[in-house]
Amino acid sequence: MRSERKVWSRIRTLTDGAATGLAVLSTVLVVAPLVAIFVYLIYKGASSLSLDFFTKIPKPEGESGGGMANAIVGSAVLLAVSSAIGIPIGIGGGIFLAEFGRGTKLANAIRFTADVLNGVPSIVMGVAAYALIVSPQKSFLPFTGHFSAFSGGVALGIMMIPTVCRTTEEMLLMVPNAVREAALALGVPNWRSVLSITVKTASPGIITGCMLAFARVAGETAPLLFTALGNQFWSTSLNEPIAALPLQIYVYAISPYDDQHRLAWAGALVLIVLIVAAVALVRYVTSRGVLKGAS
Amino acid sequence: MGVGIEVINLNAWYGTNHTLQDINLHIPANQATALIGPSGCGKSTFVRCLNRMHETNPIARVTGTVRIGDLDIYEDAKPVQIRRRVGMVFQRPNPFPTMSIYDNVASGLKLNGYTNRRVLDEIVERSLKNSALWEEVKDDLKKKSGASLSGGQQQRLCIARALAVDPEVLLMDEPASALDPVSTSKIEDLIFELKSQYTIVIVTHNMQQAARVAEKTGFFLNGRMVEFDSTHKIFTNPSDKRTEDYITGRFG
Amino acid sequence: MADKGFEWLMVLCALSIFAIVVLIASELVKGSNLSWNQFGFDFFYKSVIDSYTKLPNYWDPVNGHFSALPFVYGTLVSSFLGLLMAVPLAVGLAVFLTEMCPPVLRGPLAFITELLAAIPSVIYGLWAVFVLVPLLREYVNPMLIKLFGWTGFFGDDNPSGLGYFAAGVILAIMILPIISSLTREVMTAVPNSQREAALALGATRWEMIWISVIRNARIGIVGAIILGLGRALGETMAVTMVIGNSPGIYRSLLANGTTMASVIANEYAEASNDLHRSALTEIGLALFFVTIIVNAAARLLVWAVTRGAPARVQ
Repeated sequence: MRSERKVWSRIRTLTDGAATGLAVLSTVLVVAPLVAIFVYLIYKGASSLSLDFFTKIPKPEGESGGGMANAIVGSAVLLAVSSAIGIPIGIGGGIFLAEFGRGTKLANAIRFTADVLNGVPSIVMGVAAYALIVSPQKSFLPFTGHFSAFSGGVALGIMMIPTVCRTTEEMLLMVPNAVREAALALGVPNWRSVLSITVKTASPGIITGCMLAFARVAGETAPLLFTALGNQFWSTSLNEPIAALPLQIYVYAISPYDDQHRLAWAGALVLIVLIVAAVALVRYVTSRGVLKGAS
Repeated sequence: MGVGIEVINLNAWYGTNHTLQDINLHIPANQATALIGPSGCGKSTFVRCLNRMHETNPIARVTGTVRIGDLDIYEDAKPVQIRRRVGMVFQRPNPFPTMSIYDNVASGLKLNGYTNRRVLDEIVERSLKNSALWEEVKDDLKKKSGASLSGGQQQRLCIARALAVDPEVLLMDEPASALDPVSTSKIEDLIFELKSQYTIVIVTHNMQQAARVAEKTGFFLNGRMVEFDSTHKIFTNPSDKRTEDYITGRFG
Repeated sequence: MADKGFEWLMVLCALSIFAIVVLIASELVKGSNLSWNQFGFDFFYKSVIDSYTKLPNYWDPVNGHFSALPFVYGTLVSSFLGLLMAVPLAVGLAVFLTEMCPPVLRGPLAFITELLAAIPSVIYGLWAVFVLVPLLREYVNPMLIKLFGWTGFFGDDNPSGLGYFAAGVILAIMILPIISSLTREVMTAVPNSQREAALALGATRWEMIWISVIRNARIGIVGAIILGLGRALGETMAVTMVIGNSPGIYRSLLANGTTMASVIANEYAEASNDLHRSALTEIGLALFFVTIIVNAAARLLVWAVTRGAPARVQ
């Protein structure tokens, strides 16, 4: 009896050790590829970055040199369009969820739809934007009938809405009710109280939420493949195909030329620095809480 | 100057809970009126009905008449207008956390569209003096956030914020329950000062406090007002058995 | 007045989220009408047999034969491979982070997993093309062929290193963070009293994790896995760059294939005619519906656990 129990207890201890070991091992296996990606990216990217990268446009295939200046500007244009669409609508939706619809069936349905929309593949957004803007010759929307920066911006903007909406809601919910009551008790109309007090109080959180959505779509390629299309030349017109950093990285990554591979790495480094900065900022602000100084 | 408050047949509900039943009373102008009673008796709901804050909760409902001065607040006016005439101080100090001390006091005016710097400066100073906070904060009005003050200072800041809109009535919902004894006595002194200019309604479950600051006292129990009389009478010779039981500490 | 107007404006913003879903669905349905009328449901599981080679001809834009079968197959195979590799690692990571990790490491590790989730697909693809695929080609694939070649799942006829397996590996890396962070969320939602109860019975740490944490959180973990599946099904760029893009159905996991998302990425901009584009749109529509259903199911499961008490379905 006694020895049996001893063996059993031994087995339990061993299982415990093995499980701990496996958990540690999987953690290592998760961290390893990330470290590998980052080290390689920084190594390849930094050695390929040069002033030309930021100031020149691409050279024709096979020629060496050139840069991605037009893609950087193009990404900026696309992101401006998408932010103009995604941020106001997203914040408005978030305000509704947190301030007006709390607990209602409509709000629950919208929250659920936003979460589901967040999971729709970005390539599907591209197909929808194509069908909505690129393909029709006449429509209620501007710039229809051909590939354009506008169509790419719309696809990205739609993708921003659910993220902005949900983070805005979360941040507003962190504002204590006492703050709302204090504003209302001063005889402030509700809309002023929401905008000038509640939203303002949560604004660091909301801004970082917008940055997170911004960083996400900044790296999106799939929805641009057949909307913004890409462009080897300078263009800032909403009515024309436009270059974008992630698109250019994709095109260069699958090209056969070493020189273009180098540009792809450099582009990837620039993109990732932007994104890591945004994520780190979001983490910093949310860990500090939306209310600076509030106990 | 303060105005009197006339409450006629006031009933209030939270969902299906009938939290206030047939309240009738007259709150005199320029005096402090204390409302006492065990927790959950409806006294907080009652003051929240006086500035229509009760209805900010979607499941809440009110019937009856409340007249502040000659204004029937449920008939003649919008909630926003009433709340400008009836200031409120809450149980826990709730300064706006992202605003400076100055902006906190000026917030009610700014949000209602006042922009004149000189007028604002003047009102902020006067309100902070009225709430006995001026001497402690005058050097860093715009440097410090409202949330950086101590609990008692925060509560006086909230009083200043309420006073800045120049209300006629000041509602205080257990304003000292979250504070230490020193801060509490400062708030009580303040109530004494403010009585000359405002009608004050103060909810408290500290009976000594009611006895110290108020001319009139109302005793609430289970959503009804059991007795309303001069503070002296309530605490020395109540006419209702339940009031006597409560003030002598038999329950509550 | 202004109050009502403001509220309505906010409601309008919120409602636009519904409108977007409806708009996407209707545009996709409209666009895939042509292909739907031509092929009907056969599109997803039948194919034309080429009269000359006697082999199935799935995808022939020139002659107007379209069948989504190889893409559905490629999507399912690569996603399944990805889940197979990602789930144990993700759960292991979540267990480590919630139950074992020294507090000093918790913050940085959580940050690292967040970063993994934020890296754009195209950068994963770039890394995979230049680092992962050569690694698979030189070391991993030869070993798999040697060890498991007899099963027929690891054929040695594709020397490129691209294919279903490479896609599965990169998908695993990409869906790990979402599965892991949601698993962590549902595990943290398990009340401490549950853990104490197990420990008070004399359970070891692992037994405690198994009895009180994983059992209580398992519905949420399933939800997290399904959510990861949703991501894997629709993942486009990285997969397109490493799967080899060959519209066929192969038993070997090391063979080149295609997924629904990657065929759209490759061919949509240059579709040869309306029927071709319509067929691609129909694939997009299928992807849309499948991911909506998968995501909805996953969200419901995760909500069921993180809201209120832990699920008590014993």
